[in-house]
Amino acid sequence: MAETTVRSLSTSGSPRQRSSLRRALQRKSTIAFLMTLPLLVLILVLVIYPSIYAIHLATLSKRMDRFVGFGNFLFLFKRETFWMVVQQSCIFALTAVFFKAVIGFVVAHFVHNIPSKGQRKWRGMLLVPWVIPPAMSTLAWLWLFDPSYSAFNWILAQFGIDPIPWTGDAYWARFSVILVNIWIGAPFFMIMYLAALKSVPEQLYEAARIDGATWWQTMWYVTLPMMRNIIAITVLFSTIVTFANFDIVRVLTRGDPLDKTHVFATWAFRVGIEGGDIPLGAAVSLFMVPILAFAAIFILRDIARRGNEA
Amino acid sequence: MTDITSNASNATSATKHYGSMKQERLWALRWSYFFLVVFAIFFLTPPIYMLITSLKTSQEIATAANPWWVLNPTLANYIELLTSREFLTFFQNSAMVSILVVTLTMLISVPAAFALSRMKFWGSATLATGIFLTYLIPETLLFIPLFKMMAVFHEWTGISILNKWWVCVIVYPTLTVPFCTWIMIGYFASIPKELDEAALIDGATWMQTLTRIFIPVALPGLIAATIFAFTVSWAQFLYPLAFTTSVDQLVMPVGIITTLIKADVYNWGQIMTGALLGAAPPLIIYAFLMDYYIAGLTAGATKG
Repeated sequence: MAETTVRSLSTSGSPRQRSSLRRALQRKSTIAFLMTLPLLVLILVLVIYPSIYAIHLATLSKRMDRFVGFGNFLFLFKRETFWMVVQQSCIFALTAVFFKAVIGFVVAHFVHNIPSKGQRKWRGMLLVPWVIPPAMSTLAWLWLFDPSYSAFNWILAQFGIDPIPWTGDAYWARFSVILVNIWIGAPFFMIMYLAALKSVPEQLYEAARIDGATWWQTMWYVTLPMMRNIIAITVLFSTIVTFANFDIVRVLTRGDPLDKTHVFATWAFRVGIEGGDIPLGAAVSLFMVPILAFAAIFILRDIARRGNEA
Repeated sequence: MTDITSNASNATSATKHYGSMKQERLWALRWSYFFLVVFAIFFLTPPIYMLITSLKTSQEIATAANPWWVLNPTLANYIELLTSREFLTFFQNSAMVSILVVTLTMLISVPAAFALSRMKFWGSATLATGIFLTYLIPETLLFIPLFKMMAVFHEWTGISILNKWWVCVIVYPTLTVPFCTWIMIGYFASIPKELDEAALIDGATWMQTLTRIFIPVALPGLIAATIFAFTVSWAQFLYPLAFTTSVDQLVMPVGIITTLIKADVYNWGQIMTGALLGAAPPLIIYAFLMDYYIAGLTAGATKG
């Protein structure tokens, strides 16, 4: 298709080849700038500016008429709820990312194992949790965890096990939000790992086989090193997304019981939007920055390294 | 992987009993299928349970009978929701927002990706990396300052952005544009340089090169980016929850959660129907364009 286009263009523009090329080159940077301008405006106005504005907001008093410096942060440090949120955010993100990575890895291997004509079907089925909007699928979990009609508890009751307070008890509620997060995120890892597995050259496995490598040796010296980049970038990406997660906790527990399941995002929403204390909410959400920056630095290093290889 | 195990461990004994290798491979396959079934049950239980509940009446839900079975299937929940003006408004708002956001995203990110991948200019490489970094800034960091910015904008100009459905059209591109630009840069970079050089020599303008060569050649990437933009804007929950409150301005996910869940009266049959209908558009697109969907997912890490 493109070739025919080029050919049709060539008939019209051939007499003034050189001058038009020169003209195009002269104006290239101007055109390029104009083409990226909408993107730059969007990012500057709706991403960069709000990020800086958040820092400014965090230094204001509740009614936003007075500069209080680090007052909001000092206030947070003294509140027990804040430390609980820090703790829960870390537990939530680390546990969820770890299990997502492990389950994704295992499932990717099982899919990779079966004959390739069935793989598409299985892959399609296993990715469904990632496709459903998280707010909607969490509603289904909320119903599965319902205090009086929980379908899980009904199954447990068939085996004579007492009902579990899925969202009522602090520890079970923490378990439940992590479980839902794993359910939504593991398929994403599965897809990424499957793509990575497919890119490992078959010769490497053949070589390992000839050398008499055991299954663990093949895994450790062939598969994992070949997948290292994708594992790293998926884990980092997922850490950011999980750490900043809002939908699941908001729909499933709203931070209850007793604020035990709040993460930064949901607590910032509770304080900033529902509580009307915008500066304090901004201060809470800013605590996500260090972790996000940490992950971003590693991702940048990866991009830079790949740029050098190319 | 497991067949490698069997090969390795059987390397010495394979000559003695040739059939055992085949046997072990068969068992590895059986175990794979077994675990795949287990995981498929885990991954598909919530959506299936949504469907089961959506087919029940409130009376049937309230009984102590088996929650995993429908005794008297009924479409009453669907009929009730699909004829409710409120619900149709949510659907319409969501559809308008998603279509406008997808259009806007493509209009912004495709030319930008073209400029960044082909028309090297001062700082273009840094800019490309910078765009990817903005993708990593989560919406949970931005919703409070954006909320305040809109309130200030209202004070200055008298134009109210908050509590209008189209506020989503303004803020969603921040979620879709960086990633779409990033994957389009990857797709454009894979097009051979000779193509656009030939076009330029033949007198095509940069715009013509983009619309007549790059867009047709990179069409699969374009479809993947479109699907990504659509699913993100359909599923977004935090921004509309923070920025809109009036019932007639809500989009699907927020509308379903705020209006169907009323205080203590949970009509679960209807909530599950709403959730299923809210999940339907992305699921339908996924069912028909699965390969593009997955290409878009993996493009972020494997390309660029």
